[in-house]
Amino acid sequence: MQLAEVVGTVVATVKYEGLEGVKFLIVQPLDRDRRPKGRPVVAADAVAMAGPGELVYIVASREAALACPEPFVPVDHAIVGIVDEAERSG
Amino acid sequence: MKIGRVSGTVVSTINHPIYDDRRLLICDMLDERGEDSGDYLICVDAVDAGRGETVLIIDEGNSARQVVGDVHAPIRAVIVGILDELIVDGDVIDVAGR
Repeated sequence: MQLAEVVGTVVATVKYEGLEGVKFLIVQPLDRDRRPKGRPVVAADAVAMAGPGELVYIVASREAALACPEPFVPVDHAIVGIVDEAERSG
Repeated sequence: MKIGRVSGTVVSTINHPIYDDRRLLICDMLDERGEDSGDYLICVDAVDAGRGETVLIIDEGNSARQVVGDVHAPIRAVIVGILDELIVDGDVIDVAGR
């Protein structure tokens, strides 16, 4: 799992079956110092409460689909938590 | 599996229910010499690891689901061990808490 910042919203009416009601957001993965790391990706919002500007943590690969209401869906990144506080030393 | 060092924590109240009551730790990833590789992972803690400890991490979903005991858990990275000793090419690498 990695930290990411929500930077945008994706609206899609026509989606593959099983993805109805799933919200998609554009997230920028962050490194441990919260600098952008790699390219932004589209992630399913599995907490249904994330919004632009928020710090979240995301899960990638097969596990992302498991976070969705229907576990067999074509999703490769999902927001699984909104970060209240993340602190790191060293 | 990977080797990391616990460097911080993540606190979250709004999360997928599988993360309720689970500790999330930020782990800096180490190379085989115990040196910081610059990368990191947010991991679910399954062994009560503490800050500064060198830990064994599984970053693979099927194993993670087995550890948390839920076949639908959207979790991939789990701390599954605390290192006591690391020996590479006969050299003992210091894994004591820093």
